[in-house]
Amino acid sequence: MKKITGIGVSAGIACGPIYRYENQPVVIDPLRGFRHKTAADPQAELARLEASLATAKTELEAVLEAAMQRVGAKEAEIFSAHALMLEDPELLDQVAAAIQEKHLSAEEAWFEGTEHYANLLAGMGDEYLSARSADVRDVAQRVLRILTGRKQKSTQLEHPAVVVAEDLTPSDTVTFDPAKVLAFCTAKGGPTSHVAILSKALGIPAITGMGSWLAELQDGLVAIVDGSAGVMVVAPDEKTRAEYQSLSASFQEKFAIALASAHQPAITLDGRRVEVVANVAAVSGASRALEFGAEGIGLLRTEFLFLDRETEPTEEEQAEYYRAVLEVFGKNPVVIRTLDIGGDKPAPYLKMAAELNPFLGVRGTRLALVHPKVFQNQLRALLRAGLGHNLKIMCPMVGSLQEVRAIHEHVNQARLALEESGVEYAHDVEIGIMIEIPSAAVMADVLAPEVDFFSIGTNDLSQYTLAADRTNPDVSPLADALDPSVLRLISMVTRAAHAHGKWVGLCGELAGDPLAAPVLLGIGIDEFSMNPRAVPLVKQALRRFSTDQARQIAEKVLQLPTVADVRRYLENFA
Amino acid sequence: MAVSKEMTVLNKVGLHARTAAMFVEKATSFKSKISIANLSKETQPANAKSILRVLSIGVQKDDRILVTCEGEDEAQALDALAELVTSNFGEEL
Repeated sequence: MKKITGIGVSAGIACGPIYRYENQPVVIDPLRGFRHKTAADPQAELARLEASLATAKTELEAVLEAAMQRVGAKEAEIFSAHALMLEDPELLDQVAAAIQEKHLSAEEAWFEGTEHYANLLAGMGDEYLSARSADVRDVAQRVLRILTGRKQKSTQLEHPAVVVAEDLTPSDTVTFDPAKVLAFCTAKGGPTSHVAILSKALGIPAITGMGSWLAELQDGLVAIVDGSAGVMVVAPDEKTRAEYQSLSASFQEKFAIALASAHQPAITLDGRRVEVVANVAAVSGASRALEFGAEGIGLLRTEFLFLDRETEPTEEEQAEYYRAVLEVFGKNPVVIRTLDIGGDKPAPYLKMAAELNPFLGVRGTRLALVHPKVFQNQLRALLRAGLGHNLKIMCPMVGSLQEVRAIHEHVNQARLALEESGVEYAHDVEIGIMIEIPSAAVMADVLAPEVDFFSIGTNDLSQYTLAADRTNPDVSPLADALDPSVLRLISMVTRAAHAHGKWVGLCGELAGDPLAAPVLLGIGIDEFSMNPRAVPLVKQALRRFSTDQARQIAEKVLQLPTVADVRRYLENFA
Repeated sequence: MAVSKEMTVLNKVGLHARTAAMFVEKATSFKSKISIANLSKETQPANAKSILRVLSIGVQKDDRILVTCEGEDEAQALDALAELVTSNFGEEL
């Protein structure tokens, strides 16, 4: 029996056999060589290479087909470039020469040849070509895996299992059948990695940041995963198994109890009512949010209306969609976020230059302001759809007062246009901004008088404050929203808003973490917006404190020096 | 006798994965020996049937390229490749 600790990123307990998903590269050390037993016979090596290339080609055809169905023809074309690399005459000549003249094994020759081109492309100082070097290595690895006889692990699980991997890309994660995944565990990654967000949405327990322990986990070993505590127990003895079984039962029972009262408001011990709402990205999500007891929507994403299509959605099309979501919630508040895309998620009809660093580039409101027609269309659609509902409009990635003022000018222009064309629209829509750029947090007292509300996006606020890319598994654990630096900014923003009589929401992953509930309550957050599934447990957590108790907890936490101290202290109240 | 033509690549990101793949596929469908050089970067002519070579000459938007075909179907090959480049590979600019 062995106990491994990581970061618990999605609550729940699971127990089952381990399934190791391998995406580790085959390493050919050019100094030590990789002597295959037939390396002395160049003809045999050439034949092995040829057979492997043929297998790789067949595999790529299947990948291409799957990609066509999932992401569309245009995106899938990268895989036709991969197929061409397998047939590249210059590469094949070079590799064949190395086998015949230098008597290298097929593995060594193929590795040497592909690395030559990968390095060439990576060193050209062009972002697109650097990305292509990753494609060359991808193809190279496919062939090396076949040559060395390693099996490609499938994402098709035969039976329910605990999926364990070095790291999981978004495409890895989505190709697993969620009904068969008992838990996700990765060596890398942090609380806002894709696997964390997806697991939470699916209600699958998950642990990230398990580090080097991964090497000791083998297929078929039984493991218990406690996604709340971030603990994995491998090969548990009977006693431990029984303990976790009762813990699992009690977690399910706890969730069931929380769910039973999920439709009651979250009222603190001293009678303060806290709004608990949901983050939603589709109409179906809106009805699910209602089932879990959400009192409205604190963040409705609109990106997917704009992505994966060749032309911009029309004003009519958008209004219809917004209306459909608003109708689910009747008179309850629905905060709709305007377009939040950037260079990492390009839309073909928005001309976006390639950026070296899309997270610091033209995205969110910056993008809206350079595409005024697109922004106007969305604002008009929103104002029309808001008629008879409790709509609030929220703009993402705002960093300065100038941007706040530009947003107001746009909203006024949209109103004027609707007025002139005699179309009915909602006149009393609140306009707020997301606080996710540190400059906006620091200047919150200056911004507050000119907006109706703030909503703090802790995922981005953490990554910008801690300068830790949350898509980079090596640093993403640093982008922890419970870091005292982030909590201090949240507190600052909240005080600034309240001083001007404005309300503050929080719509990052942090809002859905019951551990964070008392500190956020104490800081004075008015609206908690989260993954629908988290609503019952957070409501229950909020009910356990009085405003005074929570304030004392927050005061204490804001003085703690490290994120580890914060977590340890908050465990006392969990 | 070889035939050549100079052209400007106007696509947003030049000869990147998709466009380079289309170019190489088209070149491979002919028997002639075909090369492509990036005049704006003063590169050597590269084998137009090698995707890795074509990527390695780093053709970006607005770069001038020189395509040379030599062989029994050189005229058709040059026409077909020129058509691909001047139609911007079917992309909107």
